[in-house]
Amino acid sequence: MKRFLKIYLDKPELAAMVLLVFLLVIFQVKSDGVFLNLNNLRGLFGILPEIGLMVIGVTILMICGEFDLSVGSVFALMPMTMAVFLADGMAFIPAFLIGMAACAVIGFINGYLTIKYDIPSFITTLGMLFIARSLTIVVSGGFPPLLPNDLPNWLFTVFVGPGDLFRMSFIWFVLVAVLASLMMSRTNFGNWIRATGGFLPAAKAMGIPTARVKIACFMLCSMLAGFAGMIQVLRLGSPLPSIGEGWELQAVAAAVIGGTALSGGIGAVLGGVIGAILIRVIDNGLVLSQVDANWFKFAIGFLTIFAVVVNSWLGKRAKAIKVET
Amino acid sequence: MTQPIISVRNLHKWYSGVHALKGVTLDFAPNESVGLIGDNGAGKSTLINILSGAQEASEGEVFLDGSRAVIRNPRDAMDLGIETIYQYNSMVPTMSISRNLFIGREPLKFSFMGMGIMDRRKMAAESVKAIADVDLHLRSPDALVGELSGGQRQGVAIARAMHFKSRVMILDEPTNHLAVKETAKVIGFVRGLKEHNITGIFISHNIHHVFECCDRIIAMARGEVVLDKRTEDTNMDEILSVL
Ligand SMILES: Nc1ncnc2c1ncn2[C@@H]1O[C@H](COP(=O)(O)OP(=O)(O)OP(=O)(O)O)[C@@H](O)[C@H]1O
Ligand SMILES: [Mg+2]
Repeated sequence: MKRFLKIYLDKPELAAMVLLVFLLVIFQVKSDGVFLNLNNLRGLFGILPEIGLMVIGVTILMICGEFDLSVGSVFALMPMTMAVFLADGMAFIPAFLIGMAACAVIGFINGYLTIKYDIPSFITTLGMLFIARSLTIVVSGGFPPLLPNDLPNWLFTVFVGPGDLFRMSFIWFVLVAVLASLMMSRTNFGNWIRATGGFLPAAKAMGIPTARVKIACFMLCSMLAGFAGMIQVLRLGSPLPSIGEGWELQAVAAAVIGGTALSGGIGAVLGGVIGAILIRVIDNGLVLSQVDANWFKFAIGFLTIFAVVVNSWLGKRAKAIKVET
Repeated sequence: MTQPIISVRNLHKWYSGVHALKGVTLDFAPNESVGLIGDNGAGKSTLINILSGAQEASEGEVFLDGSRAVIRNPRDAMDLGIETIYQYNSMVPTMSISRNLFIGREPLKFSFMGMGIMDRRKMAAESVKAIADVDLHLRSPDALVGELSGGQRQGVAIARAMHFKSRVMILDEPTNHLAVKETAKVIGFVRGLKEHNITGIFISHNIHHVFECCDRIIAMARGEVVLDKRTEDTNMDEILSVL
């Protein structure tokens, strides 16, 4: 049992990995080989970075012991803000920076309010979910602005790689995932994040600026969500105010399925990435297997609950072991 | 008398109406191990929280080696060589021993504005050494702290304090909820502090433990020091009578 627990604490993403391989085989067979063909993978890899980038931020924030439910709204707000400035004739880079700055501000407000007034981030960011969505619609003025056609799509959405398998966004996703993973495992900041989420009093007693660490994670989370939203808008060619609705819950689900503990301190970026892939694979695979698409939410819900139950069971075992010894 | 390593002068602490420390004045000599006892709410934790930077005094001064010390947060205290070990608060159970040893003080290969890449090889090597220095026998520095027993955890916390060349080690009820054997281990660590030239301040509710490992005993009641004697000059009855 201790061994099992250790594997879980060391490699929480392992279970999700096994499940993913299992599902790949099932869907490949059920769809008569369509699932892993070039066209389908191309579609899959096109959307994956958008949810994936969001999940990376959410995972890191959850490891730090906090939640963000506003990511779905920020996902829409960032590109809408950018589009409004672009439509006004501003160049891409300053408009992009303004959009990212807006995300940073939202992340800061989420973190500041949560820490200053000691409220659960679940509540703070639930409020922000409504506020940011509302702002998106207000900013758009009811009509989504037209995007100019000289945008740097070559940097974000064009197809690249063997057989044009990926979009540029996939490269961004891999790059961010690798950097985030290295940050968590190799840098002192990653150590502080895990300590802050793992056991706040100890982190404080060791002199870690836990408030600043948390606020930084909130800001990172919002900025990644906004960046992901911009990529989707560039792919779709139009900033719709409704994009990202419900994605905040999918992102939390992905993180949890990937082995991130709700209580903080446990989890890995790789786990979140695998969770995101799982969600995309299930969505796509169900369609291809000609299962009623409405089962998608059922599957995600089931997996999430299953993951949390396993999580909490292991957590209790961990506590029991602590008491035993 | 030799220069005290820490002196506190006339420390007061109010918590919205509660007068938790009422002008405490004390000197701690180098390499001395001091037992601090007192009833619940006597103000022991408040006193040492001020020394460890977890709280600030409402009034009064702290001197280190005779010069005024300003301790605003735990980091200030650690930089001055004051390490604190609490009953629960010192370790993150979901992290490895080597990571726990270096939380907040990670050796870096290079850094930019205090952030950088950790030198993990150095962390592993030094944690093996630090653990061996306190005679703890653990399989690997990569083991999770959550897998250790309570006594072993306190051992790792003490190893950490020693590794960072602490001069004063404060232990706030480090033996609470520990089994007899584990408690004996922790008492052993406290006794060993002297060999490492560390001043120990040991808080406990168990008078026997204090008599076992301290040179001097200070008793507090209702925010004041009510007894301060060498261990050999006092006995349990006297201490119980003043509490
Ligand atoms: N954060 C706080 N806010 C308000 N009052 C506090 C706080 N911390 C301590 N007190 C009060 O200050 C007084 C001294 O508390 P302190 O924790 O220093 O006692 P102690 O001697 O450590 O007791 P114990 O043996 O129970 O640990 C108590 O009356 C307590 O209620
Ligand atoms: Mg106390």
